[in-house]
Amino acid sequence: MNLEILSSDLLNVAMLAFMGVTGVAIARIRNLFAVVMLSGIYSLLGATLYVILDAVDVAFTEAAVGAGASTVLMIGTLALTSDREKAMPNSNAWKGLIVCALVGAALVYGSLDMPLFGDPMAPAQQHVAPRYLNDSMAEIGLPNAVTSVLASYRGYDTMGEVFVIFTAACGVICLIGRTRRRPAKKSGGDK
Amino acid sequence: MVDLSFPGLLNYWFVFLLMLIGLYIVIAHENLIKKIVGLNVFQVSVFVFYISVAKVKGGTAPILADGIEVYSNPLPHVLILTAIVVGLAMTALGLALVVRVQESFGIIEDDELRALEDQQEDEGNNA
Repeated sequence: MNLEILSSDLLNVAMLAFMGVTGVAIARIRNLFAVVMLSGIYSLLGATLYVILDAVDVAFTEAAVGAGASTVLMIGTLALTSDREKAMPNSNAWKGLIVCALVGAALVYGSLDMPLFGDPMAPAQQHVAPRYLNDSMAEIGLPNAVTSVLASYRGYDTMGEVFVIFTAACGVICLIGRTRRRPAKKSGGDK
Repeated sequence: MVDLSFPGLLNYWFVFLLMLIGLYIVIAHENLIKKIVGLNVFQVSVFVFYISVAKVKGGTAPILADGIEVYSNPLPHVLILTAIVVGLAMTALGLALVVRVQESFGIIEDDELRALEDQQEDEGNNA
């Protein structure tokens, strides 16, 4: 086996292991500030993994949006609420573990039919993508195929994404935008 | 017969493990902020899954250049670029809801909120 490919595969698995450790720490730690920081680290590890897996555009976005903006939003929420999590009841752990075991078994069963990691003959690699790679330079004129697909071939997807963000922003403003002006009234049963 | 060549399917199984950690946090933990962090963990794992499907052995980033023959698949990259930004919108909306719940009830633990709701319902029935 080619040494370069093997080393990138090993790096890949190592990054996944780092992410696993971070995920377990997120699940176990009860100080929410630490949890939010670890979730930023988790996103950053994901971004590093994307670079290893050739998705440089995705890595850039994940580092800026996933590790940056999300973390800022979460810290803001912590400032308005509290940064301690109360201990959860033991029955919850069993409930969660049973569901996870079932879902995990289903996922592994489903993956048995999947093409192997990195297989160039996989169906996903045979259709649509070759056209983008072969013709996008002549049709769009940009060397970066991801940009061509995002902004031109699938421009409507990106427009839909803008609508989603607009809707979410409206929702956030409706939920917490007006609260500053309203006096804090704590009457029970208030609708 | 399961092919056990490295990393083969093993790579996907590691990613499934990451997904299950996120799922476990969402199901088992009662704190609403922790649930949203769990959703984020799950979300990043799904992204990693898509990106690993796009990887072609020996390929390089899909930026066209002379002298390079094999590229990874650009299509999943585009899908995940969209999904990351939509994920941020989802996180923002969820966190706004948490802030609203904290303002109305003073707690963000799901089990205590349920207990409070039952209590208010009982008082409503008795009145």
